[in-house]
Amino acid sequence: MANLEVSSLTLTFRGLAALMDVSFIVPEGQIVSLIGPNGAGKTSMLNCISGRYTPDCGQISLDGLDLLRLPAHRRTSLGLSRTFQNIALFKGLSVLDNLMVGRHHLMDTGLLASILYFGPARRKEDAHRLKVEEIIDFLGLSPYRHQIAGRLPYGVQKRVELGRALAAEPRLILLDEPMAGMNLEETEDMARYILDLNEEWAITTLLVEHDMGVVMDISDQVVVLDFGSVLAQGAPGEVQQNPEVVRAYLGSEDSHFLGR
Amino acid sequence: MRGKCGLFFSSYRAEAGLFPSAFQKTCLGLFLAALCACPLVLDTYHVSILNVILIAVIGAAGLNLLTGVCGQISLGHGAFVGVGAYASALATLSGWPFVLSLLAGGLAAAATGMVFGLPSLRLKGIYLAIATLAAQLILEYLFLHATALTGGSNGLALDAPQILGFSFNTDTRIFYLILAVAVAVVLGVANIIRTRPGRAFVAIRDHHLSAEIAGVNLFAGKLSAFGVSAFLAGVAGCLWAHYTMFINPEQFGITLSISYLAMIVIGGLGSVIGAIMGAVFITLLPELLNLASGGLAGLFPDMSASLNALREGVFGLTLILFLIFEPEGLAHRWRLIKAYWKLYPFAH
Repeated sequence: MANLEVSSLTLTFRGLAALMDVSFIVPEGQIVSLIGPNGAGKTSMLNCISGRYTPDCGQISLDGLDLLRLPAHRRTSLGLSRTFQNIALFKGLSVLDNLMVGRHHLMDTGLLASILYFGPARRKEDAHRLKVEEIIDFLGLSPYRHQIAGRLPYGVQKRVELGRALAAEPRLILLDEPMAGMNLEETEDMARYILDLNEEWAITTLLVEHDMGVVMDISDQVVVLDFGSVLAQGAPGEVQQNPEVVRAYLGSEDSHFLGR
Repeated sequence: MRGKCGLFFSSYRAEAGLFPSAFQKTCLGLFLAALCACPLVLDTYHVSILNVILIAVIGAAGLNLLTGVCGQISLGHGAFVGVGAYASALATLSGWPFVLSLLAGGLAAAATGMVFGLPSLRLKGIYLAIATLAAQLILEYLFLHATALTGGSNGLALDAPQILGFSFNTDTRIFYLILAVAVAVVLGVANIIRTRPGRAFVAIRDHHLSAEIAGVNLFAGKLSAFGVSAFLAGVAGCLWAHYTMFINPEQFGITLSISYLAMIVIGGLGSVIGAIMGAVFITLLPELLNLASGGLAGLFPDMSASLNALREGVFGLTLILFLIFEPEGLAHRWRLIKAYWKLYPFAH
């Protein structure tokens, strides 16, 4: 069964089309990359899926459930999570608390229980802390556990953001340029995390990324957007050979650009 | 890191404690014991100042939850205190027991706060400030003109609160009542901050888009922040009404709202101990200035009039200097002091 299915999606801003009749499928368990030049509509696409934007027409479904009928905060409990292009952490909270917020939808402590604290609220805090610690171990965040997220180095903040998305126990994760602004070592680490979460935790991944090396290496499929419509989709090898794609990126034939 | 050197935990539960070390627990116990002993040592006037401080602590802790933790500014808190005061006064006057009036005051204020918190879904920052200012003005108008309920400018007179036949009719007696409520409120607010709802509030403040992605319902979150915060304002109002035994609309004007805001800014936004420190500071400062100007007037009798005027100026100046030199509040300074002594004398 297809995990995420986007069909004939159109999004306009006051007549300006950001996405036009976009259709693609992210099959369960795969890593699918969404690439394209700046302004092609990649982030708009993610915003439609996560609920920030409401498309004019078209459908988005997760495991056959219509996502567009749900407000953004309720899509999380269907197993959807995402990271942002610019770091969008809760700057005043510790790394641990950032990850705990990621588990918000899995917890049900109400105000009264939280005021009393002793009893159910404390039991739930402890239980969810254990889960969060697994993610802290996985991402190597233990030295930063109690530090305020806003004061951490950029690369670590990117990792914390991935951790927060993972803490929600998603089945589908949307990653918006997780490698942006990272050095080679950090990029390789991040690629390893993405492969691991896909293989070990079976999280389907939709990746938006400009680093072509990474995209071609780790993706099962690549979808190319240009000016809001799908230019090409298929296995990385096929897409690399596609003359339309090469033209969109360079404006002329240059088969070496997308290759490594 | 919090805690002293060499403080290690063997369970997550122990680490999540509010007062992780035995030293902190001892200090807190001693502090509370000292507070309880205060009325035995101090005279009535000083106990009355303590009462006013404790009521301010309750209101400031509530406003800090809304403005400091959840990031939603409110210029209407003075009026929410008033709603609590009037609602509980009316409940008491119609024969309700004090504990029920306290709840009624809190709930009435919470309901009012949630209604006037509705614009917060669309408005942020300065625009929300204006919207809540409207709440302040509307409620003040109601206090003054709904004479059938509030007595208008004549105000309402009350008797001292009674619980199970025991009348809290002196400053000393009511001190223990207010202290008990204040301790419960402070602990409750601290518990909210360290659990799921409090984290959601901070998430809304720091990045509302990612809060939504994490499954936080922004609308419900902001409204419940307004609700809890106004509830505590209402509790403060109820205690104020039953402590002073007379309320009129003037007591719940915009000045009260602003002084609550001053408390949490001076104390430290988003910090529980900051709200306490701010409440102490803002309540004590005029008293200290009074004392100083009284002393100086004794030395220079001819200048007493200008000294009085000077007092107001010094109050404003102190606030401005505080904002310049201590922008993160007293709570931040307190953390720095603790960090300094943690390694003393080996701090590098």
